[in-house]
Amino acid sequence: MRPAWSVILLTTLIGAGQGLFLAVFCVDLLQGNAAREMVVASCWVSLALLAAGLVASFFHLGHPERAWRTASQWRTSWLSREVLVLPAFMGSVFLYGISGSLLIGAIAAVLCLLLFVCTAMIYACLKFLQEWHSPFTLANYFLLGTASGLTLSVPLAVVSYPQFAGPLSLAAFGLGAVAWLVRCASLLRNRRLRPKSTLATAIGIDHPRIVQKAQGFMGGSFNTREFFHGRPDRVVRAVRWAFLILAFPLPAWLLGWGGGSLQAYAAAFALQFAGLLAERWYFFAEARHPQNLYYQSMA
Amino acid sequence: MTTKQLALVIDLNVCVGCHACVTSCKEWNNAGEAGPLTDQNPYGKDPSGAFFNRVQTFEVGEFPETETVHFPKSCLHCEDPPCVPVCPTGASYKRAEDGIVLVDYDKCIGCKYCAWACPYGAREMDQQEKVMTKCTLCVDRIYDELLPPQDRQPACVMACPTNARLFGDVHDPESVVSKAIREAGGYALMPEWQTRPANHYLPRRKTGCSE
Repeated sequence: MRPAWSVILLTTLIGAGQGLFLAVFCVDLLQGNAAREMVVASCWVSLALLAAGLVASFFHLGHPERAWRTASQWRTSWLSREVLVLPAFMGSVFLYGISGSLLIGAIAAVLCLLLFVCTAMIYACLKFLQEWHSPFTLANYFLLGTASGLTLSVPLAVVSYPQFAGPLSLAAFGLGAVAWLVRCASLLRNRRLRPKSTLATAIGIDHPRIVQKAQGFMGGSFNTREFFHGRPDRVVRAVRWAFLILAFPLPAWLLGWGGGSLQAYAAAFALQFAGLLAERWYFFAEARHPQNLYYQSMA
Repeated sequence: MTTKQLALVIDLNVCVGCHACVTSCKEWNNAGEAGPLTDQNPYGKDPSGAFFNRVQTFEVGEFPETETVHFPKSCLHCEDPPCVPVCPTGASYKRAEDGIVLVDYDKCIGCKYCAWACPYGAREMDQQEKVMTKCTLCVDRIYDELLPPQDRQPACVMACPTNARLFGDVHDPESVVSKAIREAGGYALMPEWQTRPANHYLPRRKTGCSE
């Protein structure tokens, strides 16, 4: 698939926003009023990330002015469900931020988890995109989102609730490690996939040797643009290595041995977020759509 | 299975790869009620455009034992279309009365999710109109009572010079398409995804004219 920046930004930004909210909600549950300043500040940062993600998503649409229609098909479409849950979650984070009510916070937490499910299921429900059709997609969206949000909570804690920066950086380290290991496991799983569709099933001719001679047109088309990333293998491999290093080992080093300074923690989040952008790019690029079987030869 | 399911049956034994179905489809669906179906740079260096129907060519076997197979490709109007439930706006739908899968261009937001959800790549985004487009089985022809009855068929079927394209109700066992599927071994594409395409293909077969 061709990675779309609008969707990469949407999923990474809201993931971090969701993770940050979950992190401070936990801090609130553990520390109560003492952490009030940090909770409020984090709610605003979380809202800013969610809003930025929402804005990015509009760039994916051909007709953004009709986006309101997406609320209608929640019975069948995970995309429609995401569109409903995201603003509901944002509203509840806002109310939680101004009221400090734990009940509203708990509602927001449930919506937050639902949002992770909706976002991941948009991809995981497409069964013939075998790279995505797996519980790993759900686990990765949840773990990478919460890990990046936790990392972001550390510099925020340094500013507004310093006594909790230590425990949060430890938690960010731990969850980051889990997220990284699960992502590695999903890479291994996808490496072993065998495409269920072949040229033989695509055109229904049972023969081991079928070669496409013409795809029906000489220029490009939607099918040749939307479903191919068009990058050489070495670029895809480089992106994979980049996210494997940036998403955890480098930020983990900064969290642990960065000297506990605000700059080190902020850099840890920035690097991790850059890593997650690369991870999401790779997530799309890695998926091989069966329609590509019909578009193998330009002539 | 009692309601109507309109579909095409395409005979790969007969298709000569002339692309008449492609051009007549484009002509009909670019004009009139259905249109536009736009092109970008049609006469320039890097032409591109939205089409409902493409004819592709495959070579099967190893030289000199090869066969050239021309393969017309359009929306298969699946009985269980994966593109429909994913649509967030309801723009993508399957008609209950005749099984045609359609896009309501006025509701489509151009999010492309339906195209991702189609394993066949049957949907193409119109780059100018910014909506998803696909084969309509010429829904604006086949019910048009102003046309003579023999013309109430999809434009591609009308245009085919070798009669490789048949049109009818695959749920009616006595229809021309059901008989063709039954008698010539019609098959569906990518059965592994259980989309149950309504369109069927008739396989290449020995015609026996040399005997």
